[in-house]
Amino acid sequence: MLKIKRVPTVVSNYQKDEAADESVGCGRNCLGACCINGARLPLYACKNLEKSREKLVISHEAKEPPVAFLESLVLGEWEDRFQRGLFRYDVTACETKVIPGKYGFVAQLNEGRHLKKRPTEFRVDKVLQSFDGSKFNFTKVGQEELLFQFEAGEDDQVQFFPCMPLDPENSPSVVAINVSPIEYGHVLLIPRVLDCLPQKIDHKSLLLAVHMAAEAANPYFRLGYNSLGAFATINHLHFQAYYLAMPFPLERAPSKKMITTASGVKISELLNYPVRSLLFEGGSSMQDLSDTVSDACVCLQNNNIPFNILIADCGRQIFVMPQCYAEKQALGEVSPEVLETQVNPAVWEISGHMVLKRKEDYEGASEENAWRLLEEASLSEERFKEVNALIFEAIGCSDQEEDHEGTVVHQQSPNGGVVNQNSNRIHGGVITNGTAAECIVLQ
Amino acid sequence: MSLAESSVSVFTDEEEEESSSSFHGRYTLWIKEALDELPHNFTITDPFLSGHPIVFASLGFLQMTGYSREEVIGRNGKFFQGPKTNRRSIMEIREAIREERSVQVSLLNYRKSGSPFWMLFHMTPVFGRDDGKVINFVAVQVPISGRGHHRKVRIGSGFSGDVSLDHSELVFGSCRREVCFGSFVHQDPALPVECDGDDDDDEQGLEDWEHCEASESEKLKAAEAINTVLSTLTRYSELNGALVCGKRCCFRGADCLSSSLVISLGRIKQSFVLTNPCLPDMPIIYASDAFLTLTGYKRQEVLGQNCRFLSGVDTDSSVLYEMKECILKGQSCTVQILNYRKDKSTFWNLLHISPVRNASGKTAYFVGVQVEESCRNTENNELRPETRQLSVVGAVRVAVRSLSMVTC
Ligand SMILES: Cc1cc2nc3c(=O)[nH]c(=O)nc-3n(C[C@H](O)[C@H](O)[C@H](O)COP(=O)(O)O)c2cc1C
Ligand SMILES: [Zn+2]
Repeated sequence: MLKIKRVPTVVSNYQKDEAADESVGCGRNCLGACCINGARLPLYACKNLEKSREKLVISHEAKEPPVAFLESLVLGEWEDRFQRGLFRYDVTACETKVIPGKYGFVAQLNEGRHLKKRPTEFRVDKVLQSFDGSKFNFTKVGQEELLFQFEAGEDDQVQFFPCMPLDPENSPSVVAINVSPIEYGHVLLIPRVLDCLPQKIDHKSLLLAVHMAAEAANPYFRLGYNSLGAFATINHLHFQAYYLAMPFPLERAPSKKMITTASGVKISELLNYPVRSLLFEGGSSMQDLSDTVSDACVCLQNNNIPFNILIADCGRQIFVMPQCYAEKQALGEVSPEVLETQVNPAVWEISGHMVLKRKEDYEGASEENAWRLLEEASLSEERFKEVNALIFEAIGCSDQEEDHEGTVVHQQSPNGGVVNQNSNRIHGGVITNGTAAECIVLQ
Repeated sequence: MSLAESSVSVFTDEEEEESSSSFHGRYTLWIKEALDELPHNFTITDPFLSGHPIVFASLGFLQMTGYSREEVIGRNGKFFQGPKTNRRSIMEIREAIREERSVQVSLLNYRKSGSPFWMLFHMTPVFGRDDGKVINFVAVQVPISGRGHHRKVRIGSGFSGDVSLDHSELVFGSCRREVCFGSFVHQDPALPVECDGDDDDDEQGLEDWEHCEASESEKLKAAEAINTVLSTLTRYSELNGALVCGKRCCFRGADCLSSSLVISLGRIKQSFVLTNPCLPDMPIIYASDAFLTLTGYKRQEVLGQNCRFLSGVDTDSSVLYEMKECILKGQSCTVQILNYRKDKSTFWNLLHISPVRNASGKTAYFVGVQVEESCRNTENNELRPETRQLSVVGAVRVAVRSLSMVTC
């Protein structure tokens, strides 16, 4: 079993007391059965994107909405919690800069984020682990940390109810603050919070996240996802999101098309970026795009490959980054200088937004340092190709020899997509021999 | 985002007047006539008007797109985009505007008829010579003739491959500099692929091209057109004494906001002002359109003033004191205060004030958001006025913080 020690991020003010008892009316106003009765929250039901998509073509009457509605809701409720003092620190007081150079990495000095927490052991060799109700999860957050309920509506109009009971029968998806924000507006989207889903991509939940990106209608509001083994700290399904009004280096990286799926989703690989990544875009509908990415992620999960997702450009572009940093760290293969910075390359770091804990790292931040760190997270070229082959097979494109330079090598694997790892193990692969089977979850 | 959402509504009479005076204030009377003489397709925008609208469109541009001038003036340039518009080109334009620099990219746009067309889009900022501030953006649109298109090739069933790279400069390996900074000259692919189909279906298949590289002569043409428009603008500003130029001649003064900050703030449709605590007497340095509507003042009458002109004889001085205390301590506060419009009529102002930090964590501005008490009763499907008010504070924080991260 591979483990690393790291300081867990405190995302909720109720995370500290792991073992607090939950007898009736636990007094924390949480989401458990003890407190949920009578709880109310605004409900935002977004418009049906498939329906409204047809209207994309020229219709000139409508006005631009005054700062998009969902954006006002997120910002307004977040600022309210900020002024109520629910955050552990004022993130707008954290110094931030663009690192000089051609890529535009962003560095933030955040000395407060990791204080007062002891390092904890994390198992990093299993991307899928079952939900453990005894550990911290989002049913334990205080209701004041919740901003609103979010659902994918059926109507072609946004529906909003300022004060809607939380219906335990329906397990609402909720948006909550992250009390250790890394930028303004840092929130968590928790699909069907009361269902206690483990951190694992499923089609419906990813589509919900893509909907949120589309509804926020701001290219600077992205959603991110970390799988277990790729720096998720809480095994309770959640996406993160925040505002940063500049492009991420990942978004600026040039890309080269690999294939187009039957539904028109174009898959490209990023060029000239330290972490080998895939970009999914296009498709005849938002659902096509989201489903293709879900297929890819389910494949990664089933093959026990840790990964991160960035949903960018209002849901039009989705980046998938398989990675192997934690595994290398557990095996003692990460260079000491990189380790010393204690930066964990999760989705935001991989996208190019570096949150640094030490002043000297912030002051000395350079493109080379950022690059070196991210490089450690990347799969090797060879392994990346193998992983791509697995993904293409999973989405039904494996017999497509599209690449005219012939860089993609497809390996038809006889045992249903799980690459045999018996010989030399390559980083980011199935980590322990023979454990792959126990990670495959039948849906 | 749908076209419907992305387009601003055409100007109201008031805005029309503001747009035309913003244009004529900088340049002499006959500027529009002089620009009409030019044969090129181009538009000029004003980043200081809310929504960053087009304030001038050339005859060639109107002809190319099939719109009338009235339909175009007052809209944001993204009005012409649609489902097949290349997202990467949009990102490059967005970033060029944010960084106040030039960009040249291929772009797919739609005519009024709904038909798509590829053009070479070349945009550049126009600077004031005295204050180094961006005054306008000019964009030239050169239709791409159709040679050198990269066409998708069908292989097998249902899937298609692309014989070209998305960004032709990649053929040269690491050319990131060209993509992101300054020099906007794209190079021709090393292995030009020309798939000349039937000329007839050229038009129809146009939108299927994922990337469309302009020829060298089209690039030259765009650059020349930009120069012609710039020199016309320079000439007509010279006569007026408020010189403009295509290169920034001096650094922007500390008391004037960058055009990109103003564009971001312009998206916020509610009443608010920004004041600068580092300047004597904390003057207003930004006032939203809604603030001007609420108070009845013109922008030039409030910029540079301390907000106290809003209070009058019946304003409770203890509330003024309370506000002052909070500001001194750098805290936020919400007060209810009796304010006066320009016409001396009064209204109850539910005012929220918060300090706003820049990227180095220092308080750079205070934001004041006004909600008229009588407008507080909302429909039950709307955001609470308090939430809307705080959302302005949030939007201002995001804009100020992100836009001060670039240290250039
Ligand atoms: C002077 C000027 C002219 C523009 N003209 C066009 C145009 O003709 N077609 C277009 O698609 N975008 C045009 N744009 C770009 C859009 O206005 C907008 O900046 C771009 O879509 C990126 O920003 P967004 O994120 O707000 O969409 C123009 C921008 C400027 C400054
Ligand atoms: Zn409880």
